[in-house]
Amino acid sequence: MTVPPRRVAVVGASLAGLSAARALRAQGYAGELVIVGNEVHRPYDRPPLSKEFLGADHHLVELSLEAETENLDAVWHLGVHATGLRPRPEGGATVVTDRDAIDADAVIIATGAAARCDMPGVGLPGVHLLRTVDDAVALRADLHRAVESGATVAIVGGGFIGSEVASTARKLGCQVTVVVPDDVPLRAALGPYADAVAALHAEHGVTVRAHSRVLGVRRSDDGGLEVLLDGADPVPAATVVLGIGAAPAVGWLTGSGLDLHGGAGDAIQCDESGATKLPGVFAVGDCAAWFDQHRGRHHKIEHWTSAKERGAVVAARVLGAERLPTCRPPYVWSDIYGKRLQLAGYRELADHPDTLEATLEVGSLAEGSFAAVYRRGGEPVAVLALDQSRHFNQIRRRLVTPAPTAAQGATA
Amino acid sequence: MFAACPRSAIEPGEALRLDGPETQGVPIAVFRTDDDEFFAVDDTCTHQDASLAEGWLEGCEVECPLHASKFDLRTGAVDAPPAKQPIRTHQVTVDGDTVFITLSTQAPNLPPGIVPGGLAHAPGGQA
Repeated sequence: MTVPPRRVAVVGASLAGLSAARALRAQGYAGELVIVGNEVHRPYDRPPLSKEFLGADHHLVELSLEAETENLDAVWHLGVHATGLRPRPEGGATVVTDRDAIDADAVIIATGAAARCDMPGVGLPGVHLLRTVDDAVALRADLHRAVESGATVAIVGGGFIGSEVASTARKLGCQVTVVVPDDVPLRAALGPYADAVAALHAEHGVTVRAHSRVLGVRRSDDGGLEVLLDGADPVPAATVVLGIGAAPAVGWLTGSGLDLHGGAGDAIQCDESGATKLPGVFAVGDCAAWFDQHRGRHHKIEHWTSAKERGAVVAARVLGAERLPTCRPPYVWSDIYGKRLQLAGYRELADHPDTLEATLEVGSLAEGSFAAVYRRGGEPVAVLALDQSRHFNQIRRRLVTPAPTAAQGATA
Repeated sequence: MFAACPRSAIEPGEALRLDGPETQGVPIAVFRTDDDEFFAVDDTCTHQDASLAEGWLEGCEVECPLHASKFDLRTGAVDAPPAKQPIRTHQVTVDGDTVFITLSTQAPNLPPGIVPGGLAHAPGGQA
């Protein structure tokens, strides 16, 4: 785009949308800026929602992502749901909402993802999803009640959210059972190193129901809940948390002409810097799968730091910048039982992603403290650490970005 | 002023966290940049409880390991939210092989929920 847009609409008011809006202004964009968010809240930080925000000191947690003095000179439409996107022949699009229609020369879609909820019993009282601050407030109330009653909190899911909520609930004093599809939580994300997290769960008295396929949740005869498992006894609980993943919030884009089959699941397919196949329409964050030259295919990165960094890239793209900012290898962290887990780089591109012997560099699983380096052709491409921040940083600085893989398909 | 560590205790591009009595309850991060300059700031990010010594050092800036707000080690200024308050800086003097630190007399900008350890009524502390 050689002529700068006169009006940019950012659909999505969480980290990716805010970062894109902020970057537009930082890069000199002086035109109209409209930000649409489906929650009534100003942009807030989600990682604490499964951690300290559920805990006893939740009133001390600062969730706001904005500074008091920050002024993006934007028109905010909060509590407004985007319902459709109508591309314009001259580029850009009209964003249709449940309030009005916003005509924009450039649209940045950053509607994120919604917690997956395709399971029988999701709507029952006491069954929780965890994505928004409202979800977290409701869950927190039930967790605190479960402490009083001594009833079990069942957490379904083998990912980071499941283990973080288990850790927080246990610290509060809840009886906790985690239901996972593999032999231990986080096996898919951490490979052999998941054993260290499993040991922490055991040490803190959390029950893990392994190799479980969850069929749904139902109300039990005694008025509580039970999580139904395929071929195993149900898990009785007063409170159930479903941490079974997130799906891109792109349903409103059906019929828009956008390609919604990028990466795994239904994310918006974009090129390597966030442009979609529609001129003047871009996407960033959890709703988007950018073309990833290292993988040679479209790939969705659902990490906090990527949402932030890519906001600057997509902004530069919207403004037609000749040079785009570069992003560092993906980075994610988690806090579990007071220990910090950190992962950076491209673990799945390593030559031996699941071999302890090939990767362990510092510490050990038994100590609950380690740093592991993943290599490809001898070069470090990823690092994983538990309570070894110093080593983690030293290795992270040396990470190389794997050589581009030959493209398996055309870019968007 | 107190002796913090020998020069050789910190490799270029790295940091050391000080949490002894000399820091008066507010841990300090001492950085040695790739250009071989030494800087000292409060170790705890002003936004949330995270150690800046565990952050990403690039030039004279350190990026918080949690939310990637960057602090200028020379001035303490923060580049972008979610951190909003600057980090307190301390004067560093390198004499021979020893790194000395003169504690700032200003109140620290600690994140919500963090109080100076062992100081009951410290300025800047939260109730």
